[in-house]
Amino acid sequence: MDSLDKQLLTLIQSDFPITPEPFKELALTLGTTEEDVIARLQKLKEEGIIRRIGGIFDSKKLGYFSTLCAIKVPEERIDEVAELINSYPGVTHNYLRQHEYNMWFTLIALSSQAVEDILEEMRRRTGIKDLINLPAINFFKIKVNFNLNEV
Amino acid sequence: MFTELDKRIIRELQEDLPLTSRPYKVIADKIGITEEELLAKVREFVDKGIIRRFGAALRHREVGFTANAMVVWDVPDEKTREVGAIMAGFPEVSHCYQRPRYPGWPYNMFTMVHGLSKEECEATAARIAERTGIKKYDLLYSTAELKKDSMKYFMEE
Repeated sequence: MDSLDKQLLTLIQSDFPITPEPFKELALTLGTTEEDVIARLQKLKEEGIIRRIGGIFDSKKLGYFSTLCAIKVPEERIDEVAELINSYPGVTHNYLRQHEYNMWFTLIALSSQAVEDILEEMRRRTGIKDLINLPAINFFKIKVNFNLNEV
Repeated sequence: MFTELDKRIIRELQEDLPLTSRPYKVIADKIGITEEELLAKVREFVDKGIIRRFGAALRHREVGFTANAMVVWDVPDEKTREVGAIMAGFPEVSHCYQRPRYPGWPYNMFTMVHGLSKEECEATAARIAERTGIKKYDLLYSTAELKKDSMKYFMEE
């Protein structure tokens, strides 16, 4: 990544132009050509730095219910339990963390009841009762913009 | 609340924008509306907060923010508003939520802290503890990413 890549990435995390020729507009801002911007984005995607360009939706405003869950999985069952949990389409993120509650995943469903039903099914299918549902009660900050010029 | 057209547009916008000169026109053609109609809808969704953010989702590990700690805090219930606001003010904190406690899970405030190293995350957590007076906290580092997908909405019908 060169400094232009970093500027481009910092810019498009939240200010991607919603205009007919967005890449041309970005090129004007950065002092380069549309072709260069497209080629850079292509490369950054291939390298896995950009996951996706598009809309990041507010699940609540779309009528969905989302939550964070944590489960205590015995070390030797991690692969098997991860496979089962990840098979649910509403599970979007799943991380192992260093804690007794070692598997942390986000779950999105059409209602809080649907979330409860899925979690109960997970408890039954894994045989693990230690699974806690941690929906957000209050939001103080949601920001996922990274200033790459600092890296 | 959402029309069939809205849902079709949402289904397209949750995919990857094509890397061509007029990407919105490509999507509009697919849906069967004009480019202007699509752009107006995207702006409307952004204005209403239905789209929280329009742009690139990055893998932040790949760009150098290699240390990410979920810092969990035991904040007295009557102080959550005040403490949450202070925590949210730290630039190193990307997310700050209050969540329920459980027997065996005493922490009710969650912050995601990003840094270039574990030491940086720890130093940030210590500064937050200092500023808020919250002494009971823990840093949970991720050791593996088992899944990371964008949610697909309105796919069930």
